[in-house]
Amino acid sequence: MKRTGAQIVWECLQREGVDVVFGYPGGANLPIYDAMRDFSIHHVLGRHEQGVTHMADGYARANGRVGVAMATSGPGATNMITGIATASMDSSPIVCITGQVASKYIGYDAFQETDVTGISLPITKHNFLAMQVEEIMPAIRQAFYIARSGRPGPVLVDICKDAQQAVIEDWQYDESPIRLPGYRPDLAPVPEKIRSAAEMINAAKRPVILAGRGVLLSGATDLLRQFAEKAQVPVALTLLGIGAMPASHPLNMGMMGMHGESWVNQAIQNADLLLAFGMRFDDRVTGNVETYAVNARKIHIDIDPAELNKNIKVDLGLVGDLKEIVTQIDPLVQPADHEEWVDAIWSRRKESAVRDIQNLPDNGHLYAPHVINDLWRHTAGEALVVTDVGQNQMWTAQYYRHEKPMRFISSGGLGTMGFGLPAAIGAKMGCPTCEVWAVVGDGGFQMTQAELSTAAQEGIKVNVAIMNNGFLGMVRQWQEFFYEKNYAATPMRSPDFVKLAEAHGLTGLRVTQRAGVEDAIRTARETPGTVVIDFRVEQEDSVYPMVPTGADLDKMIRRPSPIVETARDR
Amino acid sequence: MLHTLVVLVEDKPGVLDRVASLFRRRAVNIESLTVGHTDIPGISRMTIVVAGGDEIVERVTHYLYKLVNVIQVENLTYRRMVTRDLALIKINTEAEKRAEIFQMVEVFRGHVVDVTNNSLIIEITGDGDKIDGFVRVLKPLGIIELVRTGAVAMERGSESLVNTSVEVTYGAVPV
Ligand SMILES: Cc1ncc(C[n+]2csc(CCOP(=O)(O)OP(=O)(O)O)c2C)c(N)n1
Repeated sequence: MKRTGAQIVWECLQREGVDVVFGYPGGANLPIYDAMRDFSIHHVLGRHEQGVTHMADGYARANGRVGVAMATSGPGATNMITGIATASMDSSPIVCITGQVASKYIGYDAFQETDVTGISLPITKHNFLAMQVEEIMPAIRQAFYIARSGRPGPVLVDICKDAQQAVIEDWQYDESPIRLPGYRPDLAPVPEKIRSAAEMINAAKRPVILAGRGVLLSGATDLLRQFAEKAQVPVALTLLGIGAMPASHPLNMGMMGMHGESWVNQAIQNADLLLAFGMRFDDRVTGNVETYAVNARKIHIDIDPAELNKNIKVDLGLVGDLKEIVTQIDPLVQPADHEEWVDAIWSRRKESAVRDIQNLPDNGHLYAPHVINDLWRHTAGEALVVTDVGQNQMWTAQYYRHEKPMRFISSGGLGTMGFGLPAAIGAKMGCPTCEVWAVVGDGGFQMTQAELSTAAQEGIKVNVAIMNNGFLGMVRQWQEFFYEKNYAATPMRSPDFVKLAEAHGLTGLRVTQRAGVEDAIRTARETPGTVVIDFRVEQEDSVYPMVPTGADLDKMIRRPSPIVETARDR
Repeated sequence: MLHTLVVLVEDKPGVLDRVASLFRRRAVNIESLTVGHTDIPGISRMTIVVAGGDEIVERVTHYLYKLVNVIQVENLTYRRMVTRDLALIKINTEAEKRAEIFQMVEVFRGHVVDVTNNSLIIEITGDGDKIDGFVRVLKPLGIIELVRTGAVAMERGSESLVNTSVEVTYGAVPV
């Protein structure tokens, strides 16, 4: 059939099962937009290409399928860069389609020409420049394949405007398998390694599983639970591993690392075997690598060979799909109870919990952890919660106890402020039946608050809970701890968020007292459309516990007991 | 320490950039990099000499494999290999020194490939040390210009290091 390059783009998207595209038009991708009407794919117009890319990312993380973002050349494409880097760090499968100037202008600094394949090279899994119409279909097919297979990641396809306009007279979709001689997404370990892993597990007295996003990506959450139960291995989660095991499960210790709970980090330090499942020993979870779990033998299972022995030397590395590998190890592992070990962890846990802000008498102040805890209770731990970056993110990780996988979305590796709202919009499109909450800080929210307008235009419901502390809270916390409270450039004045919501035709609520939290959450859940809640939380509250950068993992700044003195107490 | 990597890549635009940029991005220094076609259509071969310990080179190997266009990476450092560098050296030759130079070219088994009244171009191939030695000898005589290709390498023996089974096809993974 006769097809223009632009039509081929949509045909290919349709063949990939794409139902929604997040994008922003401009000169260099106008032919693609012009051809859109012939295809039944919903287009969401964002307010900034960064937002659009985070939406595709949020969609992918909530739904599991590849998210698609579109932008024009030049500034449109460069605006995507933060979103692409975010997806890259967190192994999120997205395909970004950018328009490019006509092929004959490439290299001549034409209007809105940027070398986006060059710029995005180190932050994409792969990228393509299609200068001719014939190159469009192979590029898009390969892009989807590469984005979702192996260790997922972002792929960019840059398409010259003349290629979009050019016509192929007898075009046909190619359904043959994709041939990429240098791409190996399907590695598997040799059987000896499976046996060694089982032997090490059977010999362990104090094992700990470190579960990362790989568990979720390989669909191994049920398997993880069964495996942990059978061998009685306590599980620690990375930030992006939240949801890999139900929070209420007695073997789920909770989050590890810089703001992990002290019992979790202590368990890791005292372990004699670490089983790293689809995680990458990021510096935020190891602390000082020299003193990290020195008495533990380490088994690392990851689909990306480059992750093994990168940050932490391991005794045994297995490369491949986690689910497949654990399925093979499982029958060789003997049931165990590790009673002493598990009990010791629980008693430390109880001791530590006493310090928790939740267990202190209500002094009327509004603390962000209260808000998040209330949100958790109201939604039974089943909402899809998207965070921004900073204290709001860490508190959500600590206090919103997730029971289900793929219901916690956060920018982990890159820590991208401004991620929360657009990713929540994308997540809602990816999971329309989910109750979606964005928990954001006043700083990060203002980076992409324009996307409220997108939510309003789309008529979708995401609830936005702003932890408004009047500061760039996490940076202020570092200034408090490490820079003698020199609050340089962290106090932040914000607009009236209630009016801002109303200006968008949305509902805005404000909460200043602990007593108002429940009502606001209830109202937000019952009100149709997107609701913004301005929670005026304690200004100088800090996230505890905390392992200072580079410190030993068990040398944590613990929760002060009694509670940290606050500005108002002084 | 120097490592010699042989990297087989798809012969596509931008592949050299992807490979070189990877080294920059991971803060690993390239000592030399050569690239050229092979006898297999569509496949180019790079020889990359890298400065760094075994651990760094192993890491780089993994990163190289992450590039979609990289087909095979072999570290020849600890294998029996032949490496060759080629240099063209333009040198001053006042009449009285000519004989001495020709003698040296002979000893190092170079060739004279261009002659003028007062200059010569000498071509010499060999491993890096040999060329370094030759350059050291010529230096006092007045080198006008020098160019080196960087090393190419091949394993000794009758086998090819090219893994011909790399031409695997993969089906699309289920969504
Ligand atoms: C784009 C971007 N710029 C800067 C930072 C550095 N940073 C990390 S946390 C933080 C403070 C965030 O403040 P806010 O959004 O108000 O959230 P809070 O920590 O108060 O919850 C900053 C500035 C970042 N992570 N991302």
